[in-house]
Amino acid sequence: MEPLLHITTTHYLVLGAALFLLGVIGVLTRRNVVIVLMSIELILNAVNLNLVAFSRMWGGLHGQIFAIFVITDAAAEAAVGLGILIAFFRNKETVNIDEVNLLKW
Amino acid sequence: MAPVATPFFFYLFAAIMLVGGIMVITRKNPVHSALALIIALLAQASIYLMLYAPFVAGVQIILYAGGIMVLFLFVIMLVSIDRSIRERQFNSQRIAGLIAATALGGLFIAVYMKGTSVFPEHALSTIENDNTQQVATMLYGQSMFPFEIASLLLLVAIIGAVVMAKKRI
Repeated sequence: MEPLLHITTTHYLVLGAALFLLGVIGVLTRRNVVIVLMSIELILNAVNLNLVAFSRMWGGLHGQIFAIFVITDAAAEAAVGLGILIAFFRNKETVNIDEVNLLKW
Repeated sequence: MAPVATPFFFYLFAAIMLVGGIMVITRKNPVHSALALIIALLAQASIYLMLYAPFVAGVQIILYAGGIMVLFLFVIMLVSIDRSIRERQFNSQRIAGLIAATALGGLFIAVYMKGTSVFPEHALSTIENDNTQQVATMLYGQSMFPFEIASLLLLVAIIGAVVMAKKRI
């Protein structure tokens, strides 16, 4: 009971790993592009959680700065991804990722 | 000041985050997924507060839950979801995907079981006051160059998004 009641860095890392796994499952199994993009956001958030937890562990701020840059990247990624999604929807009238097979051999 | 009831709040917010994450990847309707993701992001902001990162928590709420998720909801409204709700939700590689994710989870468990001794038991002394000031000093001092690169990246992303979403330039 004692290791569960005393919150250490490992607890945050395990939580981040669980969130990362949920994101990976979403990316690998869903067919809706919007939900795949949201799962990518889950993955980025798991990474952010790890960065902030390590920042807390080492007593510095580098991890928090890195987390802010990751959030910036997530914003850019979401904007471009949703732009591609709108272009795709205009051409194919669907949001099903299995229909993105024009380049498939 | 000593934190109050840290384990209780950690497990509460962790549970909210995980339930939100599970709902994101299992709901049929993307709007429900987006709302669940907003809940998960807000719970994560609370976890940032518990890690003494109030600035990152604020950025998380304003930028993630406020900005990116509104973008998501707008796009969900732009594309028609009636057809996709009636379709099969999981693709044909779902078994292989689950196996791959389980393998990754096993790897994580192995790493954390073996690596626990590397992490110190207690958090070291961290800068608990003036967090925003310290972050700003570092962002505009030491990390000036990455900061400018990030602004360039956002500019490229804006132009790219407009070029791709617009019918005719």
